[in-house]
Amino acid sequence: MKTYAYFPGCSLEKMAHSYHLSALETTRALGVELKEIEDWNCCGATAYFHVDELLAFTLCARNLAMAEKEKLNLVAPCSGCYKNMFFTRDHLTHDADLAEHINEALAEDNLQFSGSASVHHLIEVFVNDVGLKEVKAKVTNPLKGLRVAPYYGCQIMRPRKAKEDVEQPRFFEDLIAACGAVPVDYPLRLTCCGGALIITNREAALSLVRNLLECAVRAKAAVIVTACPLCQVNLECYQKQVNKEFGTDFNMPVMYFTQLMGLALGISPKRLGIGSELVAVMPAIKEAQQAEPALAGK
Amino acid sequence: MNAAPPETTTTNTAAPDNSVSFVEEISHLLYASKGNPINTCIQCGTCSATCPVASGGFMDNSPRRIIALIRAGFKEQVLKANTYWYCASCYQCTVRCPRGIDIAELMYGLKRYTVWKAAAQEGLIGPTFSETFVKMILRTGRSYEPVLATTYLFTYGLPEMIQEAQTATVLMLKGRLPLLPARIKRLDNFKRMIRHIIPLGDKE
Repeated sequence: MKTYAYFPGCSLEKMAHSYHLSALETTRALGVELKEIEDWNCCGATAYFHVDELLAFTLCARNLAMAEKEKLNLVAPCSGCYKNMFFTRDHLTHDADLAEHINEALAEDNLQFSGSASVHHLIEVFVNDVGLKEVKAKVTNPLKGLRVAPYYGCQIMRPRKAKEDVEQPRFFEDLIAACGAVPVDYPLRLTCCGGALIITNREAALSLVRNLLECAVRAKAAVIVTACPLCQVNLECYQKQVNKEFGTDFNMPVMYFTQLMGLALGISPKRLGIGSELVAVMPAIKEAQQAEPALAGK
Repeated sequence: MNAAPPETTTTNTAAPDNSVSFVEEISHLLYASKGNPINTCIQCGTCSATCPVASGGFMDNSPRRIIALIRAGFKEQVLKANTYWYCASCYQCTVRCPRGIDIAELMYGLKRYTVWKAAAQEGLIGPTFSETFVKMILRTGRSYEPVLATTYLFTYGLPEMIQEAQTATVLMLKGRLPLLPARIKRLDNFKRMIRHIIPLGDKE
């Protein structure tokens, strides 16, 4: 069994609790153990880096050091946390002075950063470590006929981590296909949802969210699937505001990829936290599954 | 012509000037970035075209223009621009810049610069939001949404405020909003750790 140090991040405590539940359920079903970092702190989000970079690195380094203590690699389900932690480790391993300075501070909490724990996004664990073949083999309830828009968002892809293809990734589509569902061609899959602008520039963020929803409707998607709690909140919880602002009538369910996987793996919706969304997910899924036998008969 | 340009002569005779130019100051902000310096910019405009916020017409100065203004030393215009506070950090400009400049990181740098210099433009929510966020983390080690709401709600008109309240109520009913702020366990160690990095007043 593969074990990771799990960094849930602040959003997963409440706002995205369903992501937390479904992450634990799906990893367990696929033989991966997520061991929550005992006293983790906020990664600094984007706001922290706006004010003081050194402090933001320190916050991330504390979490990394705790994962190192457990001798485990770190996994984060939130794309923002993942990006912050990934690049903090990167900077600190390339800048000995910076690491020394931060280690002095970490000593106050009896911690030390060495860079031994690598940083991964949760989706990577399924795609690379478990492998899509294995996922597919464990699927008991293939979501046939369900048209899914794969929304990558920004920070799992950007900034570039190594030499990966940041313009034409395929792993999200492949993951959806492994669940038996149909990944639709979603042209805005890599375009920003506005992130924290939903607070600091509402007008701009709502307009970006509108574009993403419209694009999903045009692609005839029944549901948008995300890998980031902030994307989920912007796309789902602000749909009403978008409708009011632009006179639209979007009613697009937005779920976490772990919820989609969970359903395909035969886990009950309740255990995946389905039911806490503002735009119900299950009707779209049931509709697709009822329509499918008719299509298959053709 | 071999004669030195007149400006150089003036500089040489004047008192030694240790001040750093605006361009240099901004370049120094990018110390952690692996990108190329901003003077390698060819003003192609890929950043502005790829930026969803700039191409949506929300920025008063596009990223391309900001870089040009910095290089030409137009400090005041740069400090007055909303460009970097409206950057959502999506890094599309960074991965697509043909000169390999880390433009999103430059936007972060400019945010920090205006926060440090207390030069942020009036009427923006971004700076207040960021500062509130930082103070919140320093107190508890974790993020707590309701505290953040206070930084922007007052800037809203009544209809938006009501919408926000309605959404919050539904989220609360769905169990998605925390009633109490979370805090980490080893908070004393955490605060001592922070003091190594930035001097904090002892009184909170």
